[in-house]
Amino acid sequence: MTIVTPFLLDSGQRTAAPKPSTAAHLTDAQVEDLGRELDALRESVVATRGAKDAAYIRRVIATQRSLELAGRATLLLAKHKPAWIAGTGMLTVAKILENMEIGHNVLHGQWDWMRDPDIHSTTWEWDFVTPSKAWQHTHNDLHHTWTNVLGKDRDVGYNVFRVDEGQPWQWWNLGNPLYNAMLAPFFEFGIAIYDLEFDQVREGTKSKADLKQGLKALGAKFLKQVAKDYVATPAAAMLTGSGKQALTATVTANAARNVWAHAVIFCGHFPEGVDTFTEEQIEGETRGDWYLRQMLGSANISGSKLMHLMTGNLSFQIEHHLFPDLPSNRYAEVAVKVREICERYGLPYTTGPLPKQVGSYWAKIFRLALP
Amino acid sequence: MPQLRLFTRLASAFTTPRSPEDFLRLIDPLSSARQLRGLVTAVVPETADSVTIRFRPGRGWNAHEAGQWARIGVEIDGVRHWRSYSLSTGAGQDPAITVTAMGKVSTALVRGTRPGDVLFLAPPEGDFVLPESPRPLLMLTAGSGLTPVMSMIRTLVPRRADADLVLVHSSRSPEDSLFREELLELTDQFPGFRLVQWFTGERGRRLDLATTADLDAACPDWRDRAAYACGPADFLDAAEALWNREEGELRVERFAAVVAPGSGGEGGRVTFEKSDTEVEADSGTTLLAAGEDAGLMMRSGCRMGICHACVTPLLSGQVRDTRTGEVHGEPGHLVQTCVSTAAGPVSLDA
Ligand SMILES: Cc1cc2nc3c(=O)[nH]c(=O)nc-3n(C[C@H](O)[C@H](O)[C@H](O)COP(=O)(O)OP(=O)(O)OC[C@H]3O[C@@H](n4cnc5c(N)ncnc54)[C@H](O)[C@@H]3O)c2cc1C
Ligand code: FES
Repeated sequence: MTIVTPFLLDSGQRTAAPKPSTAAHLTDAQVEDLGRELDALRESVVATRGAKDAAYIRRVIATQRSLELAGRATLLLAKHKPAWIAGTGMLTVAKILENMEIGHNVLHGQWDWMRDPDIHSTTWEWDFVTPSKAWQHTHNDLHHTWTNVLGKDRDVGYNVFRVDEGQPWQWWNLGNPLYNAMLAPFFEFGIAIYDLEFDQVREGTKSKADLKQGLKALGAKFLKQVAKDYVATPAAAMLTGSGKQALTATVTANAARNVWAHAVIFCGHFPEGVDTFTEEQIEGETRGDWYLRQMLGSANISGSKLMHLMTGNLSFQIEHHLFPDLPSNRYAEVAVKVREICERYGLPYTTGPLPKQVGSYWAKIFRLALP
Repeated sequence: MPQLRLFTRLASAFTTPRSPEDFLRLIDPLSSARQLRGLVTAVVPETADSVTIRFRPGRGWNAHEAGQWARIGVEIDGVRHWRSYSLSTGAGQDPAITVTAMGKVSTALVRGTRPGDVLFLAPPEGDFVLPESPRPLLMLTAGSGLTPVMSMIRTLVPRRADADLVLVHSSRSPEDSLFREELLELTDQFPGFRLVQWFTGERGRRLDLATTADLDAACPDWRDRAAYACGPADFLDAAEALWNREEGELRVERFAAVVAPGSGGEGGRVTFEKSDTEVEADSGTTLLAAGEDAGLMMRSGCRMGICHACVTPLLSGQVRDTRTGEVHGEPGHLVQTCVSTAAGPVSLDA
């Protein structure tokens, strides 16, 4: 039995769309070979998914929950400086793990093969203000399908900022660096608003009723999130006279997680060396072309094992975009092969340490703020 | 326990979007708001190929009636599989299942289960149970089909002085025969219980239900007894035919769905609309298995067409019923995915 991912088009109906310059040297046949090699790579991981992988995600989840519990408990004594620091630190790491290595990847269906209802894309709700369902639609269905296609990829970058020469300059783009810096600590709210798709409603492609439903779901989730971090936790800490300090701690933890997630996510598609595509370029796209676009449109972050874990393995953005539903703990081994394939086909493989990648996309944001 | 519920409500303000149970599971493996679990307390060998697995279920389990079964979920290579197993202990006793290794899941259970393991569970169900008022009983079993009947025997024989029960059990050899020593002890202790063992190896033939001769010899007054049967499909088919001819009363428990010969259909592409997933399923793959193999959370129960836990609305296409071979289905019809294969392209509301 084969699983046919909905976004992969059948090959064979190609109408010779122009390739991006970085892949111009490849013939159509070579692109198809590339597609087959990547299919085989995916199959090799699928065939060996098993108990070790299941144990991995359960270990991460147990670690995350222990950290979260310990963090919150420590914050009950937040008026003591060391407790504030330790509690905030643990809670921040817990929130990052929950969003990145667990939530994002579970919501991609990376662990659905286990058929565990506790770790499944249809049941997981994450510790992030936007409801899982809303995010799955804009992220999995739209962004992963239309990766880096100007006018189609409505990922935050494209929607809010000017991140490509191909986007016409507007006077308000002057403020882009400022908006982006302001967005970082409130990233989860930015995503929540983005997931409501106001622009789609304006264009009439999303109904008012759908918007109302989305708002209701978001409102309910928002209240619960706020009640947990900004009411319940500080209220419990008030028993030891630490209420105020616990509140600053949870605000800090959420903001720190937001800044981190923002940085990692912008590193995924916007550093120098990443290609964008036009709608004409993807017309008649084959499986091979689709893989090509995912590779050329994504950038990795190099670093230690801990770094990969804290980015939710989005440091393997290229591999994640090629195979969004493979378990994240396997991207490292897949990356070795993808890199080798890129070398063989003469394709760029964009990667670099976090500071370099962050600097690179910030440079772009500044540069494109000007006409 | 209203205090407990209040506590859970309060605690969930701190744990949202997780449930308090998700955190409790760090110390209590049975804690879950979503999935009933049980902790294996003992694994007792029965024969070379079968074991009894005793377990302590978590909250949400109901005590079983003698003869009922439960869905048991096990993880094999990280993937959860579900099968049904009869509860072999008597009503009121701690639950246990007795599994005979014959395929993927049963072999994993028999060879791989250790005390301390977690089993996934659904509460007991089924109506293969003792009659409400006392009557003379005849139990006809073969192989692992003894398990639900053993639960009835354990419930009835030691507790009721008026019990009148004859068990005719067929197995290959004494070594292959489940619960043999316990059954022999019971016959010694309780005059109301009689055991007829039929070892096909020694007798050189199987219990013949084509005529009444074997039955007449084993239990002359069998016509006056309420009869229960559980065992392999051909054994049950023969028993049902015989009781039909004699116009007697027989209750049957099947462990596997009846499969009509050559009923697979042609297979086809199966679309699970809600999950946005498409798979190619061949004629030997049920819609349930196709969905599960694609990682979907499919609803299921008995997996053999009796409980209707798996029914799913059909959006388009037709399916073939593996029990009858009949091709059927119109948009909106509820199909039992566990006993249906695709007859061409099919779309399901799942
Ligand atoms: C209500 C109910 C109660 C049950 N109670 C018990 C019980 O108490 N003890 C127990 O061991 N099993 C019981 N079963 C059977 C059990 O659910 C599984 O079907 C059985 O363990 C085989 O599963 P498997 O994954 O090991 O085999 P699979 O890998 O699914 O199948 C392997 C092969 O074995 C064949 N097969 C499957 N089941 C049977 C069978 N019953 N007889 C002959 N061939 C079969 C299949 O056709 C297949 O060819 C019960 C089933 C039901 C529906
Ligand atoms: S699972 Fe019981 S009828 Fe299908």
